[in-house]
Amino acid sequence: MSEAVIKCESVYKIFGENAKKMLQEANGNVDAKTFQDNGCIVGVNNASFEVAKGEMLVVMGLSGSGKSTLLRCISRLTEATGGKIFIEGQDLLQLKNKELIDLRRNKMGMVFQSFALLPHKTVVENIAFPLQIKGIKVEESIGKAMEMVKLVGLDGRENYFPRELSGGQQQRVGIARSLAVEPDIWFLDEPFSALDPLIRKEMQDEFLRLQEQLKKTIMFITHDFDEALKLADRIAIMKDGLIEQLDTPAKIVLNPATEYVRKFTEEVPREKVLLIEDVMDKATDSVGDLKVLKDEVIENVAEKILTQEKTVGVIDDKNNLIGSINPSKIINTVFGGRRNGN
Amino acid sequence: MEILKKYPKLFQWLFLLLVFFGLCFAIDVPETYKFIRGQAEFVKDPNQSTYVFLGKEVRYYAFDVFWRLPPLLGWLPIWINDSLFFLMNEWMPLEFWNEDTQEFKTRPLLLEVSRKLTFFMTFLIELIREILIGGINTIVTFTGWDWISDNPWAELPGLPWTIVTAGAVLLSYHLSGKGLALFAGLTMVYISIFGQWKPSMQTLSFILVAAPLSFIFGLGLGIAAFRNKRVEKALYPILLVMQTMPQYAVLVPAMVLFGVGDHAAVIITMVVAIPPMILLTILGLRAVPPEVIEAGKMSGCNNWQLMFKVLIPTARRDILIGVNQVIMVCFSMAVISAFIAAKGLGYNLLLALNRLDIGLALEAGLCISLIAILLDKMSLAWANKQEDYFGNLTFIQRNKNILFFVGAVIVGILLAYIGTYLFKGTHNYLFEVPHNKGISTADFWNRGVDWIFDTFFVYIKAFNTWLIQDVLQPMRALYLRMPAIATIVLVVGAGYLIGGIRSALIVCGLTLFIALSPWWDRALVTTYMATFGVIVSCTIGFIVGTLSFQNKHSASFMLGVCDIFQTFPSFVYLIPVMMLFGITDTSVLIAVIVYATIPATRYTIEGLRSVPAGLHDAATMSGVNKFQRLTKIEFPLAFPHMMLGINQTIVFALFMVIIGAFIGTEDLGQYILKALSDKNGAGIGLTLGVCVAFIALIFDNLIRSWVEKRKKHLGIA
Repeated sequence: MSEAVIKCESVYKIFGENAKKMLQEANGNVDAKTFQDNGCIVGVNNASFEVAKGEMLVVMGLSGSGKSTLLRCISRLTEATGGKIFIEGQDLLQLKNKELIDLRRNKMGMVFQSFALLPHKTVVENIAFPLQIKGIKVEESIGKAMEMVKLVGLDGRENYFPRELSGGQQQRVGIARSLAVEPDIWFLDEPFSALDPLIRKEMQDEFLRLQEQLKKTIMFITHDFDEALKLADRIAIMKDGLIEQLDTPAKIVLNPATEYVRKFTEEVPREKVLLIEDVMDKATDSVGDLKVLKDEVIENVAEKILTQEKTVGVIDDKNNLIGSINPSKIINTVFGGRRNGN
Repeated sequence: MEILKKYPKLFQWLFLLLVFFGLCFAIDVPETYKFIRGQAEFVKDPNQSTYVFLGKEVRYYAFDVFWRLPPLLGWLPIWINDSLFFLMNEWMPLEFWNEDTQEFKTRPLLLEVSRKLTFFMTFLIELIREILIGGINTIVTFTGWDWISDNPWAELPGLPWTIVTAGAVLLSYHLSGKGLALFAGLTMVYISIFGQWKPSMQTLSFILVAAPLSFIFGLGLGIAAFRNKRVEKALYPILLVMQTMPQYAVLVPAMVLFGVGDHAAVIITMVVAIPPMILLTILGLRAVPPEVIEAGKMSGCNNWQLMFKVLIPTARRDILIGVNQVIMVCFSMAVISAFIAAKGLGYNLLLALNRLDIGLALEAGLCISLIAILLDKMSLAWANKQEDYFGNLTFIQRNKNILFFVGAVIVGILLAYIGTYLFKGTHNYLFEVPHNKGISTADFWNRGVDWIFDTFFVYIKAFNTWLIQDVLQPMRALYLRMPAIATIVLVVGAGYLIGGIRSALIVCGLTLFIALSPWWDRALVTTYMATFGVIVSCTIGFIVGTLSFQNKHSASFMLGVCDIFQTFPSFVYLIPVMMLFGITDTSVLIAVIVYATIPATRYTIEGLRSVPAGLHDAATMSGVNKFQRLTKIEFPLAFPHMMLGINQTIVFALFMVIIGAFIGTEDLGQYILKALSDKNGAGIGLTLGVCVAFIALIFDNLIRSWVEKRKKHLGIA
């Protein structure tokens, strides 16, 4: 794995008057219940993880799980109570106000659930806003913003006001605005939660297309497990401020770490999430003629495999045989194995 | 015991009432007690007691402490007055350079500051006034009297009324559209041809100075309070008192500090107009969604950019509603300031009322009302106006209103020029219609009033006598019959039962202040008039509101009517009642009732409207009829909001009772009026104002605590 762009070391966020003192006294052993009895609410509890360059980490949790708080600690919209956060090796919590502003102006972009557009500015002015705040001249910033308008497919509407746009269009503006300064790090706080299901799907696809192009380092917050599965390189599942499990979608589905995580995975259509690679067995000699690629989603090749009587070979992109898969394994993966929890 | 457990509150209240009436009956009226018409400290009477505190002698009539508390705060007004005098005339004498005499002169700091402020304000007002109606003072300020008598051509000519009218029409059109433009045009033409141009422009110039200054200070303080909790905490009690203090009462200290005239009025208007601006600024900034603020921060805004590029533009509407409030307060102050000799429509109205010239008063009043509506509608339209995108328009399209105005200026000047030939030897009506040359309907109105009096005198008189003898006098006697201790027990007990120990303490403090001031009897009379007004207003407002709520259109219509009536400065309401009932308590009370019915009606309708539509449907599907729905669903849910209406009704009623002193009542207002003509009146005026504000705050505290509890109970907090 390449160098970590975002690195958290035991980050805590505790709300309440004596938060700092209580955290020190707890000595790394934070129990939400005792804190609550003392009038403190634990937002984020001992979060440690890294996000690599170009990786998309999706933080998934229900409301009140602390996922948005975690994101706000990392963007320093709220001050973490304890722990260390490094952005490209820089200690974020030690930055002076001016340095922080500089960091945000050049390295970070953020998209919000309620779009958070400025009502008095047009689409293009909204997008140009972070550029103008940076001190870039109006004409230049508008020119740059127009590129962004095209990127998110809003050409022709650049002079509309936010109030004249639909939710999906408003969020496109939000996305364009967050990308205007060409940040390396991209924060998205439930960007599609306020949208209708159909629009949401469209925006997710659009988002994947953009990421394909841009390859940003992303922290994406959502409460929708399916969305997390669809987008994530890795998923962090949070509950009551704690990260319950942090892993790739496939591993989470196959090996939920806790009962809580398992409940989410139960209803997941595995054939849509798992790759051949995730369920294949060791390579054997007795494979048939049919070969499948290891990165194929099961759903796409299941029919082909199931018509075979022999074991099917699994190859990598260089055509080396690296594993095998039996039709019965497919049936097992898709229909069985849910009751016993693996 | 069962019932006791079931309704514990009810029994607590019954117990409280029992104690109250017990005290009332237990404590007899002292034989020497009578309602004292004069002021104790001015009456020399061997029966008086005296005490000395801080070197001030306070004289008063001593009674049993249970009956009336001794005025232990009696020294306060005298002390405030002396302190003010000391600050103005003796404190911090410094050397100041005097232009005229070319030498240094020793002057107290505050006096110098007040002189400078006065000079500055006077200059501003004169400048705007002379742009509107012409004059020489501005030029003189820069050059000198000698210069202007050598160069008479330099006198500012003022704008012809046609240009000002065109400006108003174009501005209205730009802000709202054809409807408002038409209204603006008609209003301005009416003002002009009825010969009210000069006083109207005087009033307008007053507002044009006071409103922007209030806006700037209010916005600044609002921002400071938003950013700093400590500033907010310090400002809050002042804001609260200022909101409930009758505008009339602040005139007195202003007079001491700044003298009489427009400048003093502008300064004191700012004092009154800044609080609502601060409140609405804080409210607006608070209402900005947190995500928008975060978006601003993530865009890399520093504090300054965040405030001026994100927060304020996003809170634009609330802030402009604040501007609307500022303008309306300035306008009503412009009228009331007539009492300290501010020129304009209010002054004419005051003169007319003093001479009992109802016709003239009506004309001035109508003018005031029309301008009030116009200003209100224009500033509201500004607040509600959504920005449009201009980038794709040509220069002419973008600036067409400005170009039209430039055209209007040229045409106006040409017309005025032609006018000089047209109206040779007489007044140039295309420039300005002088007040005595306009159309006047005063005679018509006066004859109308005479006719009404001649025709209905018997009935009016009978009604008047009945009301005073059979309703008002007994009620007043009852209020005065309450021993002070009983009143305090009742109020504090109510505070405790409604809002707990905290509420009880606040209410106790407020009541004690009034009880220990020398004006407890007056405060009782004020309260009695206000209570009578509030009861009648609430009854009317409740019935009218409920009835008009039955139909969507009538409800909107009623709210519109409330809007319009609310824009009139309170003073205007005195005209029609004086017309019908002459100078009696009845007149004041009717004005109080009319004025206070506005919030009562408005809050009833709004409260009923706030009941969620889902509940309506649920109730209908449960098979309720209209009446059941009203009594079982709508009233219980709307009641907390309606109670806030009662709160407003009380404030409105108190304002009107105090203004009513102008007609002649025996309450606190009367003393405020007296203090206005007393050179030592500042302390008295201020203390009286605080007393009135405290009466309102006692009710405010009780009602608010109750509403909050009730809302929490209903889950609609």
